[in-house]
Amino acid sequence: MEQIPRNSGFALPSAYLSSTTSSFADFLRAEAPDLLPSKRSAGMGTSGGDLDAPHGTTIVASTFNGGVLIAGDRRATSGNLIATRDMDKVYVTDAYSAVGIAGTAGIALELVRLYTVELAHYEKIEGVSLSLDGKSNKLATMVRGNLDVAMAGLAVVPLFVGYDIEASDPKRAGRIVSFDVTGGRYEENAGFHAIGSGSVFAKSAMKKLYDPEADQDAAVRAAIESLYDAADDDTATGGPDVARKIYPSVVTITAEHGAVELPTEETSTIAEAVVADRAAQQDWRS
Amino acid sequence: MSMPLYASPEQLMRERSELARKGIARGRSVVVLKYRGGVLFVAENPSPTLHKVSEIYDRIGFAAVGRYSEFESLRRGGIRHVDLQGYQYDRRDVSARALANVYAQTLSTIFTEQLKPFEVEICVAQVGANANEDELYRLTYDGSIVDEPQFVVMGGQTDAINTKLKETFSDGMELSDAVRVAAEAFRPSTSSGSGTNGSSSSGSAQEGEPSKLEVAVLERERPGRKFRRITGAALDALLPARTEAADSSDSGSEGSEGSEKSDN
Repeated sequence: MEQIPRNSGFALPSAYLSSTTSSFADFLRAEAPDLLPSKRSAGMGTSGGDLDAPHGTTIVASTFNGGVLIAGDRRATSGNLIATRDMDKVYVTDAYSAVGIAGTAGIALELVRLYTVELAHYEKIEGVSLSLDGKSNKLATMVRGNLDVAMAGLAVVPLFVGYDIEASDPKRAGRIVSFDVTGGRYEENAGFHAIGSGSVFAKSAMKKLYDPEADQDAAVRAAIESLYDAADDDTATGGPDVARKIYPSVVTITAEHGAVELPTEETSTIAEAVVADRAAQQDWRS
Repeated sequence: MSMPLYASPEQLMRERSELARKGIARGRSVVVLKYRGGVLFVAENPSPTLHKVSEIYDRIGFAAVGRYSEFESLRRGGIRHVDLQGYQYDRRDVSARALANVYAQTLSTIFTEQLKPFEVEICVAQVGANANEDELYRLTYDGSIVDEPQFVVMGGQTDAINTKLKETFSDGMELSDAVRVAAEAFRPSTSSGSGTNGSSSSGSAQEGEPSKLEVAVLERERPGRKFRRITGAALDALLPARTEAADSSDSGSEGSEGSEKSDN
């Protein structure tokens, strides 16, 4: 295969100047396919199941009055061991969107990194950012591109949240989109969703706690409670770690502030309050 | 098939240069200058959508004059190049110096090898951690590259604008002052004294409404991507009040300048 000179001292190859695509992933496919996540791992054995690559676990998302949030625990597991205690699985991908990842951590991280560059790349080339549906469709394509690797046991499933600045009702402009490994794209109209190994428990908790009229603080609290419940019953999900000061990561998206990751001071206060309340319940029972 | 007429390389280069220079001189101008908080781009551009100034990367901006289709393809190529570099290594490993070198190579290859040279002049700017680390590179149609210490003027009436900016530019200006200095440099130079303090701006020389300006900045203090367009009301607030300055007396125009300074 022909290798493109990537040293900075060379002139731009003519394909750089004449290419018509606005997509960074398409550009990579044409010019540097070895950098694509799906290509790199294509040479791997038929079964990656015995590889025990680190896995990311529970992500929850919920809408609230005037925005949407996504939160994730911090643990990555490898078989029955904890691979990482303080991994970030929730990423701000552009000014009004964020993605949480569950599944094989290495591939998921690369996918998010490429996706973030993709969104910014489109925005710079075209001068406008993609529509919210455009963004989630693009992510679906990228997940589908990973299908053959997923068949080998290294599946990645993201959860997408975004704030639609073109929506008619700004209170309900927060949206959640989930995906399956084949690239299926599902709009979550219920207002909340969870993915990953602890998602069953997190979703059950959200079902009781979710309030579409809640403000941001109440919604963050509900999300952290549901992550606590997931950690309670799922060994692969990490709860708030008070000793090490590791707390769930939360990204909120509103019209006013865009996508922002909540500072640790804020999440630690809420997480510690949740832990204290659960402890109080325990005292009351005994 | 007939043999092409012989032309000496010297003559070929001269004719190509002439073609490119003429093409560039027909267009409107762009000014890129350093100010205290980063780098300011001001372009005369009647179109609100066909930009002459744009973002390339986190800390890098791009401005161009000449043929739109040609600098647009350079801009896209540059974005592809830096995004690939940043994806392959790290976002911090992308620099304006490297990009300017790539552009210089590209332009010089096109100038020597292709039938028609690109009729463009471009500027690659980067905002650094402090004012001393801000970089401005000017690239011409033949791939020459110049590192400018204060400002870059490209396009049509560069001589007049250059002369005026030499008088009015100073290091470490606030954004509002920098925008005013740039906007005034674009005005027809018939009222030559107006650049210094606006004392002779009351004449009728400025009846011709200046063309629409496209303004953008690379802001040092901004987290992440530093590039920001200034449009609409935010731009009107920064620009000197044109109609007032033309109609009212000196004291009026100076009053409005004073209020802009206090805003900052």
